[in-house]
Amino acid sequence: MTEEIIIAGFGGQGVLSMGKILAYAGMMQEQEVSWMPSYGPEMRGGTANVIVIVSDERVSSPVLQSFDTAIILNQQSLDKFESTVKPGGLLLYDPNGISRPPERDDIRVFKVDAAAEAARMSANKTFNMIVLGAYLQLNPIVELENVIKGLKSSLPERHHHLIPANEKAITRGMEIVTKAS
Amino acid sequence: MSEIRLMKGNEAIAEAAIRAGVDGYFGYPITPQSEILEYLMMERPEERTGMVVLQAESEIAAINMVYGAAGTGKKVMTSSSSPGISLKLEGISYIAGAELPCLIVNVVRGGPGLGTIQPSQADYFQATKGGGHGDYNLIVLAPASVQEMADFVELGFELAFKYRNPCMILSDGLIGQMMEKVEFHEQKERTKDFDQSWATTGKTKDRERNIITSLNLDPELQYEHNLKLQEKYKRMKEDVMFETFNTEDAEFLLVAYGSSARICQKAVDVARSRGQKLGLLRPQTLFPFPEEAIAKLSKRVKGILAVELSAGQMVDDVKLAVNGRIPVHHFGTPGGKIHSPDDVLKAIDEKLLGGF
Repeated sequence: MTEEIIIAGFGGQGVLSMGKILAYAGMMQEQEVSWMPSYGPEMRGGTANVIVIVSDERVSSPVLQSFDTAIILNQQSLDKFESTVKPGGLLLYDPNGISRPPERDDIRVFKVDAAAEAARMSANKTFNMIVLGAYLQLNPIVELENVIKGLKSSLPERHHHLIPANEKAITRGMEIVTKAS
Repeated sequence: MSEIRLMKGNEAIAEAAIRAGVDGYFGYPITPQSEILEYLMMERPEERTGMVVLQAESEIAAINMVYGAAGTGKKVMTSSSSPGISLKLEGISYIAGAELPCLIVNVVRGGPGLGTIQPSQADYFQATKGGGHGDYNLIVLAPASVQEMADFVELGFELAFKYRNPCMILSDGLIGQMMEKVEFHEQKERTKDFDQSWATTGKTKDRERNIITSLNLDPELQYEHNLKLQEKYKRMKEDVMFETFNTEDAEFLLVAYGSSARICQKAVDVARSRGQKLGLLRPQTLFPFPEEAIAKLSKRVKGILAVELSAGQMVDDVKLAVNGRIPVHHFGTPGGKIHSPDDVLKAIDEKLLGGF
């Protein structure tokens, strides 16, 4: 199994940390992982993206142009990455702020209303975990318990009391993900 | 007990330096390598091992601190990125001339000038052909993974002390910024288990004073010194390191190092799945360069493609090794842009297989 994922959105949405937790979870279950962020001026207020690879084999190139899965959190990223999903691959997006929805019919397209749900739950900071939950519902490449271990490893100890809220957000994301018409 | 962590390449270098028992780090921040200094500051290695970590007022100050501290026989290092390394070159030439061991990390970004903060391999000539003035060479290591970022710290010091020569880790923003699994060895003590008879540690009655200098006004002495240096650079060949993938039955060969080698691995995998007999040679040391291994392979394969994130630098060394026996092509992406495995596959079809 090799899963090549791009996660893209605005800086501050938790794109990089979502990728990091996914990579951690992969590592916890003895898989090979890589996490390659976009770094530079585009991170400051602009778009941010990260390529995460989780594989049973040694990861070769950490930089890719086509992906098994694209997790898209804003319009710019959708415009940029819709075409990079491999035929048969998965595109998961949050419809919040999307004016031109995905158009491809040779890939699986799902949506998760994560921004709205996070606001409803009064837990805006767990937005990215709702998205992660939605993704894991569709592609359970890592076990939930390893995601929690990943959260523990990547969050500083003073934030560990937030782990239950994050776990709840992941579960909520799993429930509310729907196929885009 | 070894320990496995998920880390950025830059952080791995910093942690490995503490664990390798390094005595001192002197640096100045610059993207994309600032995490080395940040991590070292955050970890407070002065409490873990007594290691000194100092942010100097400039790159030039940092390299001269390395020069001075290396003269006392300590394990010391610095790190920077391309424009910062250019500033350090005067000091690096002095250190090479004075035959002092130290480690210099260059996490390369796109140039020339201030350029861009994105990854590049365009400092190959600077690293392997001197860079500073005079006939000198650095030992140059080219990590292709976060694991090698960690491992090459200890290896770098081992080679630097073996030859009393500065060693450079030539990485780039891609390997520096990416996270991978990395396994660390146990903490090593800051020991003096290497020959320090040359160091300025205080004169004792039983020997002459040690003098550390790169100045030799007598041309006869400077000539002799240069011959000695050249003999040393030749001896370094015994420490050449490289890795090969799928070369046993390869008809065509890619040569790539560092981040570009990772991208090429994927290209080789895809090409193989299409039935193209492609192999990859990845130099782990760029000086000494694996010229013999490439020469040997050039007798078996039909063509070579050198792939680098530059307008074409390492390809010259590949051509020298092949010595005109078979065609050597180049595919490169300069200026901080990264080629994808698909771009490499296209170049393989057009440049390497095109004529056959």
